[in-house]
Amino acid sequence: MERHLLRITVNGQEHELYINPKTLLVEVIRDHLGLTGTKRGCETVSCGACTMIVEGMSVKGCSVLAMQVDGLKVTTVEGLEDHGKLHPIQKAFIDHGSYQCGFCTSGMLMSSKALLDENPKATIKEIREGLDGNLCRCTGYNSIVRAVDAVCKGQYREDEA
Amino acid sequence: MIKDFKYLRASSVKEALGFLSQHKEESKIICGGQSLLILLRQGLVATEYLIDIKQVNELSYIDFDAKKGLRMGATTTHRTIEKSDLIKKKYKVLSDMERYLAHIQVRNWGTIGGNLAHADPAGDPAPVLMALSGSIKVGSAKGERTISLDDFYTDLFETALEEGEMILEVQVPALAPKTGAAYKKFNILESDQGIISVAACVTLNGGSTCKEARICLGNAAPTVIRAKQAEAKLKGQKLDEGLLEEVGLAAVAECDPVADIHASEDFRRHLVGIFTKRMVKQAWEAAKKA
Repeated sequence: MERHLLRITVNGQEHELYINPKTLLVEVIRDHLGLTGTKRGCETVSCGACTMIVEGMSVKGCSVLAMQVDGLKVTTVEGLEDHGKLHPIQKAFIDHGSYQCGFCTSGMLMSSKALLDENPKATIKEIREGLDGNLCRCTGYNSIVRAVDAVCKGQYREDEA
Repeated sequence: MIKDFKYLRASSVKEALGFLSQHKEESKIICGGQSLLILLRQGLVATEYLIDIKQVNELSYIDFDAKKGLRMGATTTHRTIEKSDLIKKKYKVLSDMERYLAHIQVRNWGTIGGNLAHADPAGDPAPVLMALSGSIKVGSAKGERTISLDDFYTDLFETALEEGEMILEVQVPALAPKTGAAYKKFNILESDQGIISVAACVTLNGGSTCKEARICLGNAAPTVIRAKQAEAKLKGQKLDEGLLEEVGLAAVAECDPVADIHASEDFRRHLVGIFTKRMVKQAWEAAKKA
């Protein structure tokens, strides 16, 4: 079987691994690197549970070949906290109870992070559009939108790095 | 389960075309892979060689020239097109379309060339680009040629691309004065593909009659099609409700939709009529203000 060298930086840590070129980004993150915060959901680019951030852009790890992120920087949900200090969006999700079963949460957090990085003062409409690619089957959307909105309104400013 | 393949990463157009001419029908091109990876995983596509052009940055550009019009490189992402101030200003219909193409994660990684090559009749860019009289520049180891979007789609998921050819660039002419365009898809979720979609582009004479019109239907036939009878009904006419009704009925007669889990054939025809009327009216209003 063909093996290719993949060099990626995940949450600030550099990795070098040999993979079958058909390996998906979500498989490298979960199965090769053991970072299981990112979930595999629909695997058809629909649900967004596998959302992670590549070079500042949110992508769905189930639909990106790992070889395509060779040399790039990836942030997963594990990369949100900083030395035990939660990211404002994580705190806001806890405070607003923005999950029930939790399966969509890591994807929701990563889409929220990408949105906030791009548009820190997003309106409710922009938040809803920004989370358009993430499904929550517990239908907890309102509490998720409230959490992101709270961060946009500056209620977690003291938690920002 | 994806079948094993040999992975070839191209760093230039020349290298990609070299791989293509070497491996021909045994190879597939991947760029963003937002469509192809699903097909590979479902076993609908299997390939010996996968040629990756995602990092061919020389094909990632958006240029505009008043004479030549718009030029977009094949590896330009949907998100880049959506965010481009130039496109918002000159081809608003294109940025509006991109805003509702799937969702942000797909637009961040997926590319315009890949979307057009995938040849899904429900794809969003093709009807809009066709309504804007767009064409596609393709290249092979032997040279380059340009294919009008009118002739690019030959059947369901099939294109006029020949062995060893790949898409290099999407071209859209500069819009004539007094031209307006509109696009809308009908769907349940905004980010879904259209159950049907209609794009219209109308150019007016100095006064209030129609000089030129193009109406393109998405997911209403095996390929994106032009509703030419409907277009002909507009030429030289003034817009009123009676004319719109006729144009809508002509488009209904021209489309050839299938029934699926989302909609019956009859319902799709019904939608084509309604959306044709709405889009022609919207494009006409935009043309008046242009």
